[in-house]
Amino acid sequence: MIRPVLVLGWGNRSRGDDALGPLCVDRLRDEMAGRADIEFLDDYQLMVEHVLDLHGRRCVLLVDASLGCAPPFETLALRAAADGSISSHSLSPQALLQLYFELHDEDAPPCTLLAIRGEQFELGAAPGAAALAHLDAALVWARRWLARTAVEHA
Amino acid sequence: MTQSLETAAHPERLRRVAIDPVSRVEGHGKVTLLLDAQGNVRQARLHIVEFRGFEKFIEGRPYWEVPVMVQRLCGICPVSHHLAASKALDRVVGAMPVTPSADKIRRLMHYGQVMQSNALHFFHLSSPDLLFGFDSEVNRRNIVGVAAAHPDIAKKGVLLRKYGQEVIRATAGKRVHGTGSVPGGMNKHVSAADRELLLRDARQMTDWAQDAVDIARTLHAQNPALYDHFGAFPSNMLSLVRADGALDLYDGVIRARDAGGAILFDGASDQGYLDLIEEEVKPWSYMKFPFLKSLGREHGWYRVGPLARLQNCDFIPSPRAEAARREFLDWGQGRPIHASLAYHWARMIEVLHCMEVITGLLDDPDILSGELMATGPRRRSGIGVIEAPRGTLIHHYEVGDNDLVTMCNLIVSTTHNNQAMNEAVRSVAREYIDGHELTEGLLNHIEVAIRAYDPCLSCATHALGKMPLELELLDADGRLIDRARKSGEGVFARGLHALEGGA
Repeated sequence: MIRPVLVLGWGNRSRGDDALGPLCVDRLRDEMAGRADIEFLDDYQLMVEHVLDLHGRRCVLLVDASLGCAPPFETLALRAAADGSISSHSLSPQALLQLYFELHDEDAPPCTLLAIRGEQFELGAAPGAAALAHLDAALVWARRWLARTAVEHA
Repeated sequence: MTQSLETAAHPERLRRVAIDPVSRVEGHGKVTLLLDAQGNVRQARLHIVEFRGFEKFIEGRPYWEVPVMVQRLCGICPVSHHLAASKALDRVVGAMPVTPSADKIRRLMHYGQVMQSNALHFFHLSSPDLLFGFDSEVNRRNIVGVAAAHPDIAKKGVLLRKYGQEVIRATAGKRVHGTGSVPGGMNKHVSAADRELLLRDARQMTDWAQDAVDIARTLHAQNPALYDHFGAFPSNMLSLVRADGALDLYDGVIRARDAGGAILFDGASDQGYLDLIEEEVKPWSYMKFPFLKSLGREHGWYRVGPLARLQNCDFIPSPRAEAARREFLDWGQGRPIHASLAYHWARMIEVLHCMEVITGLLDDPDILSGELMATGPRRRSGIGVIEAPRGTLIHHYEVGDNDLVTMCNLIVSTTHNNQAMNEAVRSVAREYIDGHELTEGLLNHIEVAIRAYDPCLSCATHALGKMPLELELLDADGRLIDRARKSGEGVFARGLHALEGGA
């Protein structure tokens, strides 16, 4: 039985603020253990195989650390795009949606990107204080977003 | 086994072309070509900077940390390093042999690893070149492009790799950087739930693996002029085989054949690899060049990996893969196959074999229960050899009385194939670059040759038309006279002025 809501975060927990994605998923997973409609996944990087995790969902929240977004976080309703980001280890969320379209001949379920501002990504470093503050702010938004998914489909 | 084009007689008189990809994950690979005034290639070299410093990271660490630490060596084959280190350290803790349950769960993990890595190599990284053409539109040369044109092939590729990753998760605890294997055995069984989950799809995956073999065979049949000659050159071949000569990816004895298929040595213990193999250092590359001691530096280099394994063994101990291997060998009409693109065909036969082995192991009750750990008299050193997806992988450790590693030596698959990849680059440069105007498509021919062996270089891992490449043409006085660049977004541009100020 596929759970209708997916929260997927990625990043390397050993590379400073890159841990924000998995840390966000950890916190939400702990807080929402009672929500049987949500599946929480975390990984090192967003990869081609994650296209399989999108199938059968009602909506998806993707969470990643970002150097490019404004602090503390930005959200984006994703659209599919063949943006040339694909490698053996990673691809962009937009390319993942494009791959979904090509494989299934239909649009992916609605996907929202939660990009949390990170500052430093050194190997072996812990997440910085500023990044953790950004995470707290992002969590407030994510809780509301997930609460809305429950209300809308009650 | 010519090594011509390795070193030009008068390099100072030649123009230099550097294909210099930017490293992001796996290391840094660079191809340099020296051209004469007529544009003919006079020297071609593949330089690789492997992460050799890793051995020093290991030294001084407690031995029990090593099977987890070494997974950071490679983003594509962490499990191979996990298991090779475990095998080496089994000897240190006296676990010879490990228990049947540990052996079978490790084998399950390893065959899942080879399967997922081979699927990644073929479907995600190489099939765009093979299906669309080496000089096809850059932006199309990726898995999304394959999905658009051949959704059935792409879907099978993605699902095959996913299945292999799930086998790894079920045995190692996580899809990436698991901790299941430890010196002396395993720390967990496969759960009944995971076994059922994997068994449910095993037949389908085996059928799809057969389809993948058929795709590879069909590609050869449709264009034998290309597939039989692109990057083709004779070489020795080396791999592990089971004691009875069967293909075995997890354990065995070392066998080598010459370019004509005759056995050079057989039944050699992996613990004696230093008696068989020596590594040469060349001043122009950071990676060493291994060779068979018995044949010497000039004639002793060899290939490893699927092409070597399938021709080195006497048979594959699973029926569908063995039938596919016989068909593969028939393609050579009685002679060994030395074409670089044949690696892909052999790679898909291995995926089929992996699925047959995985299916058998999932039916074995020993993976669900039974003793997991073995012990015995401590030793000061241990060597673990395994057939990783790209070829033979050697881990060698010495451990002090205080349990700290005092010496670490790793010979990875990429290193074994160093000379062979250089030969492939030279062959392709001679055939396709010589005397031609440089284009992105021509450069991709060189990437295709490297990628047939190994996607674990940055220059192959991030290729698929997305690898940043830059070429600089210098005259005999070293002055820059032309430049070409392919950006990470796949945009190709040429000319000094057009590129000024570019990143």
